[in-house]
Amino acid sequence: MDSLVLLLTESGPVLLSGLVTSLKLLVLSCLFGFMLAVPLAVARSAQSRWLSLPSRAFMTVFRGTPLLVQLFILYYGLAQFDWVRHSPLWLLLEGSFSCALLALTLNIAAYMAEDIRGGIAGVPAGEQEAAAAFGMSRFMITWYIVVPRAIGIVAPTLANEVVLQLKSTALASTITVLDLTGVARRLSIAAYDTDALILAGVAYVAIAALLSSMLKFAEGRLNPHLLR
Amino acid sequence: MAALIDYSSQLLDGAWVTLELAFTSLFFGMLLGLATASAKLSEVRWLSRAAFLATDFLRGIPEFLILLICYFGLSNLINTYFDGSLSVSPFAGGVVALALVFGAYSSEVFRGAFLSVSKGQLEAARAYGLSRFQTLWFVRLPQAWRICLPSLNNMWQNLLKDTSLVSIVGLEDMLRKANIAAQYTKQPFMFYVAVGLIYLALLAASNPAFAWFERRANRGFAKAA
Repeated sequence: MDSLVLLLTESGPVLLSGLVTSLKLLVLSCLFGFMLAVPLAVARSAQSRWLSLPSRAFMTVFRGTPLLVQLFILYYGLAQFDWVRHSPLWLLLEGSFSCALLALTLNIAAYMAEDIRGGIAGVPAGEQEAAAAFGMSRFMITWYIVVPRAIGIVAPTLANEVVLQLKSTALASTITVLDLTGVARRLSIAAYDTDALILAGVAYVAIAALLSSMLKFAEGRLNPHLLR
Repeated sequence: MAALIDYSSQLLDGAWVTLELAFTSLFFGMLLGLATASAKLSEVRWLSRAAFLATDFLRGIPEFLILLICYFGLSNLINTYFDGSLSVSPFAGGVVALALVFGAYSSEVFRGAFLSVSKGQLEAARAYGLSRFQTLWFVRLPQAWRICLPSLNNMWQNLLKDTSLVSIVGLEDMLRKANIAAQYTKQPFMFYVAVGLIYLALLAASNPAFAWFERRANRGFAKAA
């Protein structure tokens, strides 16, 4: 117990800054990931093969390989090519934080797109026919009827994805990002014990619990007709 | 490309280690999951409470952090009690961590599946004079098994992907072999992409396996139209 107090007083600020980094990764990757996931899911559900195949390939690759491998490909792998180093892409890949953010974004986009695709399949055909009968164009039907309904249907699954993403952010520490896990790893190596790691674990559990109750509240706001 | 061929045997060795780790963790994780599910369903109040608390807690911690805690924690424990004469291998640390994670997730699935077997079945089994163990093994498990197979497939895929984390604590799995090869050849992109492709292939191969299990487990059940 004494060692825990000592750990908190001595390393509190560093741990806190690590926590902030983790939360930044979480919020930004979920936000950008969601923005990417919606068009991906729409393309995946499209009848045209030219649209659905690339999006399907993207989803298979990012869901079928470990996030750690994706991180290594983006951070260490792409740096091998000179043309990448001289392209604007390098601005994203150069820093470990932005590179981790990119990997986490692409990864969660693939998972969310799969969820939303399921939601799109679950939108009753009658609603789309009704929209068509009202003279809405295909574009309008997709963006004003199908997508919002699909997101409503899969909201609980998406919320679950966000909570899971919190755990994925821990991998950013493998490419030298000092997130909560990264800081805890440093402290634990310096102190030669696992106190900091366990403390970080408790913090993750607390944030995950907080996050899932916040998301439950948000879900109620999104689907008020389902509230009882 | 020539470098990839030079290192291909190394990568395949690594893939073998990855599979060994995944299957060992699967075995212990299933045992742990079944035991925890039984504890959750137990009538002993504190036991089921403790099981719920432990799995809820474990599911909130990043797998990577669990691995670090298991590996370094076990090493430290052994160092204090056996003064350095024994050590924890990354493989053992990985199995402990991955089995814990798999156990925590699968216990919830097993619990749900056990509950889905109707009570009448169990009462009938008891009425026929089957022992508690026979009831579990011949009546409850086969019916629960078919319910939980799809979720087990998901969890297995996650487990297989999570084995890559153990390369960080030094297990010579295929990602670590790729790290080493990348350092020597200065061609990290090719090796990491190769590793990604091997993971994709392994995961793709496990789908038909699970489909076969599901067909077997579902024989005798009518297919939904």
